[in-house]
Amino acid sequence: MSLLDVAGLRVTDRAGNVIVDDVSFDLSPGDRVGLIGESGSGKSLTALAVLGLLPPGLTATGSVRLDGHDMIRSPRGHGTAATVVFQEPLTALDPLMTAGRQIAGPLRRLRGLRGAALRAAVHEALAEVRLTDTDRIARSYPHQLSGGQRQRVAIAMAVACRPKLLIADEPTTALDVTVQAEILDLLDRIVTTNGTALLFITHDLPVAARVVRDTHVLRQGRVVESGPITSLIAAPRHPYTRTLVDSARRFDAALQEERS
Amino acid sequence: MTDPIIEASHVGFAYRGGAAALTDVSLAVHPGRNVALVGESGAGKTTLLRILLGLARPSTGVLRFDGAPLTRRGLRPYRRAAQAVFQDPYSSLDPRQRIGRIVAEPLRGLGLPNDPARVAAALDAVGLPADTATRYPHEFSGGQRQRIAIARAIVGNPRLLLADEPVSALDLTTRVRIVDLLATLRAERNLTILLVSHDLGVVAELCDETAVLEKGRLVEQGRTADVLGRPSHPYTQRLLSSVPRLPAAT
Repeated sequence: MSLLDVAGLRVTDRAGNVIVDDVSFDLSPGDRVGLIGESGSGKSLTALAVLGLLPPGLTATGSVRLDGHDMIRSPRGHGTAATVVFQEPLTALDPLMTAGRQIAGPLRRLRGLRGAALRAAVHEALAEVRLTDTDRIARSYPHQLSGGQRQRVAIAMAVACRPKLLIADEPTTALDVTVQAEILDLLDRIVTTNGTALLFITHDLPVAARVVRDTHVLRQGRVVESGPITSLIAAPRHPYTRTLVDSARRFDAALQEERS
Repeated sequence: MTDPIIEASHVGFAYRGGAAALTDVSLAVHPGRNVALVGESGAGKTTLLRILLGLARPSTGVLRFDGAPLTRRGLRPYRRAAQAVFQDPYSSLDPRQRIGRIVAEPLRGLGLPNDPARVAAALDAVGLPADTATRYPHEFSGGQRQRIAIARAIVGNPRLLLADEPVSALDLTTRVRIVDLLATLRAERNLTILLVSHDLGVVAELCDETAVLEKGRLVEQGRTADVLGRPSHPYTQRLLSSVPRLPAAT
């Protein structure tokens, strides 16, 4: 049985504009699936619909089943099945709460941990995302951490309760390129070690190519092409996918030329 | 060789009460040779750009414009020669003003004739229709807004364009189009570009020279082919190896 089954998902706004149109895909435990698209493609709204977190004013129809739960009828029913990491950790983290307390939140609520066990789990979560000096990080407020450290804290929060599915929405777009490489390696290692399924949302084809196996290309709310990412890059069928691949190749080739 | 348009010589800068943001930075932009300034958050790219724009004065070292030290008195001719484009096309355009007025702003500021024909020509150069002038920023996409910001920068026919991450907020396909536009402007308008960017692919595509800034110091600079092709500094090597690449074409 698939972990996530999205069928004929439609998201409309109050004015009746269709923003996500007839999107279908599924994802089994341990899968790594990409949703690739540019601004306005509907990729982030698809992720929010999967999580039952659509902003007010937007309505989802169709079917979204996450770990057996109907996410359209009862969006709060999925428990620990899925968690999310967003693009900008500075807005995703509570500025008034230390990193340690933020990570402790879900561990306390969902795993019922208290006291020393809770503290130990927080440190374990920070160590899992390769943060050293976990004492200092746990006591730090988000503004006292670098962008890369903040994103590691956000990932620690997301994976501490061992979700079956991790949704990452442009998790490295706001980061420097060397930090991006580290965070991609980290995500790769965590989902491999824990057998977590990954739904990775990005506009950046080369970034997606580093972490996902299968992908769906979205444009203006619709899936235009799906398949293993390597074949999609090697032989794009839809003209839009080809434009994306060519654009990425342009800068790749310019860099390659300097190096030859 | 002709004088550089702008040259920073042994420039240092510290924010009040802060540690040094720039130390002993020497960088020259020669006419016709696009220069990339590469580095990560906190490296001092934006501080250096502010100094090169005359918006901040270096604590040590000098700035030379066309070979002569840049003084307060020299700022006005320098601003006619050098204009800027910033990263975020959503915050760099005044939402309450029509595009025509936004694009004409440098003409007013620099005491140049405020000629609608010049605005129309600038909009045309960036590939926007003439009726753009009567509309407002919110009616345009990110890529179109960045074209508008570029039109504003070139309306007074500057020789130097200082561009601070002009494509990093844009989608990949839009990024390609804006890079093409900058290349065209360079060829057709004798425009030299100083590009601040962390995107090495864009740098390789657009710039003849590259300077790598790390923690306020230039750790490597030279021809782009040398700096990106045979990086000698470990930091440049690390930057290059971090760039995500597509799997090789088969």
